[in-house]
Amino acid sequence: MRFTINGSKREADPDIRASLLDVLREEFALTGTKKGCDHGQCGACTVLANGRRINACLTLAVMHQDDDIVTIEGLGSADSLHPMQAAFVRHDGYQCGYCTPGQICSAVGMLDEVAKGWPSHVSDDLSAPMFDDGEISERMSGNLCRCSAYPNIVDAIRDVHAQEQKA
Amino acid sequence: MKSFNYARADSPEAAVRAGGRFIAGGTNLLDLMKLQVETPEKLVDISRLDLNTVEEQDGGLLIGALVPNSDLAADPRVIANYPVLSRALLAGASGQLRNKATTGGNLLQRTRCYFFYDTHAACNKREPGSGCDALGGFNRIHAILGTSEHCIATHPGDMPVAMRALDATVVTLKPDGDRRRIPLGDFYRLPGDTPHIETVLESGELITHVALPAPPPGARQLYRKVRDRASYAFALVSVAGVIAVENGTITHAALAFGGLAHQPWRDPAVEGALVGRAPEQAAFDAAADALLVGARGFGHNDFKIPLARRVLITALRDLTGEPA
Repeated sequence: MRFTINGSKREADPDIRASLLDVLREEFALTGTKKGCDHGQCGACTVLANGRRINACLTLAVMHQDDDIVTIEGLGSADSLHPMQAAFVRHDGYQCGYCTPGQICSAVGMLDEVAKGWPSHVSDDLSAPMFDDGEISERMSGNLCRCSAYPNIVDAIRDVHAQEQKA
Repeated sequence: MKSFNYARADSPEAAVRAGGRFIAGGTNLLDLMKLQVETPEKLVDISRLDLNTVEEQDGGLLIGALVPNSDLAADPRVIANYPVLSRALLAGASGQLRNKATTGGNLLQRTRCYFFYDTHAACNKREPGSGCDALGGFNRIHAILGTSEHCIATHPGDMPVAMRALDATVVTLKPDGDRRRIPLGDFYRLPGDTPHIETVLESGELITHVALPAPPPGARQLYRKVRDRASYAFALVSVAGVIAVENGTITHAALAFGGLAHQPWRDPAVEGALVGRAPEQAAFDAAADALLVGARGFGHNDFKIPLARRVLITALRDLTGEPA
């Protein structure tokens, strides 16, 4: 099968049972994407597939023929951080760091959903959702942080959203 | 996970002829396959089929089975005319899961009963005839209506509860090429002595669409979900309500409930207690009495009986009171 991973065309011949998560980690050594619960409950495996955030643990690799996958390694590098990565550093949005790649990929996908005007469970007006800390918490509820760095994660995401609004 | 054969279908007709379990979003099926609760011999990948649009039809909407939960919740026509459906979708799962989970798949989501998930436990739904460990076990999340001595599991969904209140119809394609239109009220089965058979779908029958009729004019809509945490949790009790009041009298009432039964629960007696009456406490109490007359708790879930009463009554107050 063929797909695009972090901008490069790649080929793989995975076991039919392999999750996208396992193929990213085992075949392409993209170990930034983490295996936490492996059941879609923790969000540590979040990647962007065709621009949408998904749980890489709950999808078969073979179902992603021709898809465009972006992992934490594709968002930025140590020399050139993605704005969301830089904001997590600036706001100390982690302690152990295990959930961080998933948090960052999820936050990037989430802000794109906000930009499209998608409402959330806490939006008073479904057709014109506001953006505040309550919205960030609700929209990020699929990403758990055992260290409970949530206040700083919210700060980082709010900061990046504000930057995008100015741009 | 046990191995399986895999085929990607390029048309609905090819999918139903392929003979296997359909997989689309996969968020529920793969979870269960990892635990070997589900062990399909063949998966037919329907995720690329052209069933991912929402069309206007007969004054209502025809929703493709592959429309993701995220897209359906954000569709301007759903927000404008079926806000109870948007609200129910947004109350379920997480952003990542809603991006993958599909309309058809969500209808077929399987129970979250702990004993169904635990392959060492007795479960008539997972292994017919093995018994039900929920009956005498920890059954806090379990059903209080429509149960049987063989199964007290609930349907975990939110979206189907809203669709039940909106009188949705499931459109299917059978392997012989026939199409069926199944009212959602006839789609799910009660557990009885065959809790492993959850819907009236036949072997190989594919959900292609869900049809929503035009919304009742002038009706207010609400979805209220009570759960153990504020986000990303299944309902203990939920209610989808569609209510119209004219000149001080309730003229239309559709109420469906999640977390209470093996299927999204709707009881004509509840609505009969409301239509034609003034939107007042006496009518609300009568509706709750009608809902719960046959309710039965199993110990840990006894709290759901008074909780369902309170959730229904506050929902009715909000649906018929002064707009906020």
